Amino acid sequence: MTLNQQRKLKTILTGLFAWTVALVLFFPIFWMFITSFKTELQAISVPPSLFFEPTLDNFRIVQERSDYIHHAWNSVVTSFGSTIIALVIAIPAAYSMAFFPGKRTKDILLWMLSTKMLPAVGVLVPIYILCRDYGLLDSKTALVIIFTLMNLPIIVWMLFSYFKDLPKEILEAARMDGATPWDEVVKVVLPLSVGAISSTALLSIVLCWNEAFWSLNLTASDAAPLTAMIASYSSPEGLFWAKLSAASTLACAPIVIFGWFCQKQLVQGLTFGAVK
Amino acid sequence: MTYLAITDLQKHYDSYHALRGINLSITEGEFVVFVGPSGCGKSTLLRTIAGLESSTGGSIELDGRDITEVASSKRDLAMVFQSYALYPHMTVADNLSFALRLAKVSDAEIKEKVRSVSASLQLDALLERKPKELSGGQRQRVAIGRAIVRQPKVFLFDEPLSNLDAALRVQMRLELARLHKKLGTTMIYVTHDQVEAMTLADRVVILNAGQIEQVGTPLELYRQPNSRFVAEFIGTPKMNLIAANKIIRQEETLAIELLGQQIHFPANRLKGPLPDSVVVGIRPEHMSLVESGGDLTGRIELVEHLGSEAYAHLQLSSDQTIIIKAPARTELKDGQEVSLKIDISEMILFNKNDRVISVIPEEV
Repeated sequence: MTLNQQRKLKTILTGLFAWTVALVLFFPIFWMFITSFKTELQAISVPPSLFFEPTLDNFRIVQERSDYIHHAWNSVVTSFGSTIIALVIAIPAAYSMAFFPGKRTKDILLWMLSTKMLPAVGVLVPIYILCRDYGLLDSKTALVIIFTLMNLPIIVWMLFSYFKDLPKEILEAARMDGATPWDEVVKVVLPLSVGAISSTALLSIVLCWNEAFWSLNLTASDAAPLTAMIASYSSPEGLFWAKLSAASTLACAPIVIFGWFCQKQLVQGLTFGAVK
Repeated sequence: MTYLAITDLQKHYDSYHALRGINLSITEGEFVVFVGPSGCGKSTLLRTIAGLESSTGGSIELDGRDITEVASSKRDLAMVFQSYALYPHMTVADNLSFALRLAKVSDAEIKEKVRSVSASLQLDALLERKPKELSGGQRQRVAIGRAIVRQPKVFLFDEPLSNLDAALRVQMRLELARLHKKLGTTMIYVTHDQVEAMTLADRVVILNAGQIEQVGTPLELYRQPNSRFVAEFIGTPKMNLIAANKIIRQEETLAIELLGQQIHFPANRLKGPLPDSVVVGIRPEHMSLVESGGDLTGRIELVEHLGSEAYAHLQLSSDQTIIIKAPARTELKDGQEVSLKIDISEMILFNKNDRVISVIPEEV
């Protein structure tokens, strides 16, 4: 084999591998999507039917049984609200740790990450009792607070690692030009980090959107986001695969579309630091 | 009159003592260059003056005001960084006007100042470009322009030319010298390049291991260094050093035995007591070839022709080589035996602690 052929083969193999991985990852979503257009009987048939007459019945039933707009609005408020609050806290935190590191900065970062190592269920009871005592059960406020705290370590980490890569001299130049710390952040750091901040925000929104544990345990109906709505279809009356799939498709759709629009920022964010 | 006074300045990083008691006074309008090998503390000293590093002792006074504890943004100093440090998200015009906008200068005044600075640095055509669309030399001019536009009390330059290629560096060096002449503002400049130091400075501060080794005009440092460190650091090719183990005082002169031959050094140029041994320092241009009867003899190892001049490497003994300067069209051949005459008036003596123990006679 010539070197050129070897190279071609390598490209083909790499492509094949990438496609396999992508398809494996995408398959469950694809399956969910097509199942939502099946009848309940088709949905549980073995072997599964690939060719069938699609129906929109499931979507109609889901619309009748639950108030999609209500749940979607709850999801929007909790995920966007908590993300904004988390960013407001995380940006100054990451800024000070990246540009004025102390002896304990690394320890603080690790400690923050360590809070993610505790299984959520471990603190369910105390948090449930706290919410109950403060009248926050089934309230969006409770979810916003929990989501904010839940994602804060990840957001601080992501912003910290981006800020750390910003050339320090640029901030020093701003300082020599008479910039106060506020000017430095608002006029230099933020404009330079638009990509990183948007991708971090997007990640946080997605994580909140898909969060189920706290949503299920702390809400019932008033504040229940889309994840709680989906769960209501795996109910005591039995599993309804097709309706569950329809509900899930409806729940995923907004965030997938949103993510699609933010794709450019996201890719830039996930590869930041690579080209500098 | 002293404009910037640095008194017993100290800087510790944990266990590392970066600045060990710096004392320096700079007068208004002076061009001072800090030079030294890497790790000598020159950049730390500049950054401490800028306020980007805090000092751990001593004080800095600027124009009669103690600025030791003042924030960088309030010191009224401008700095040009080695990496230019332009704001990548702003156009050239915005980069230039950033400080003025922060200081709430009126729009009309900003416009006028940016215009005059960009004209003087030939940046007019580039005002709407972003830094990434500029060449290295253009970026450096923007960085300089950003400093000038503010009319600060002192300019600080941190190795501003070291990212440029050799030709551009020479050109920018000249521009900086012109700029200093035109503005007359005090400038402090850090470099590891002794040619930059020699050509730009009114006064050069040589730093070594966190201390000032010597301060003086470029020519003072060249002719009358006070230590072996300075003597070797300034001048290319380096000063020749030859160890002499035998010195005898003979009335008006000191007889110094150099590789078996005696040379006579005026005794009145010796500072302090007669040492047991000395190292003799002679620059390459202070030795000349003679037909016979010179102070030193050696064999030519290699001749380097630079066009305007030539340097010959001579083997004096098995473990001693020296460099001498020769005319451009020298007839010297490799392997040739030659005899050298030393210009005693430019010769320097070092003691065994590497301090200079001789003085150069005043120029006639």
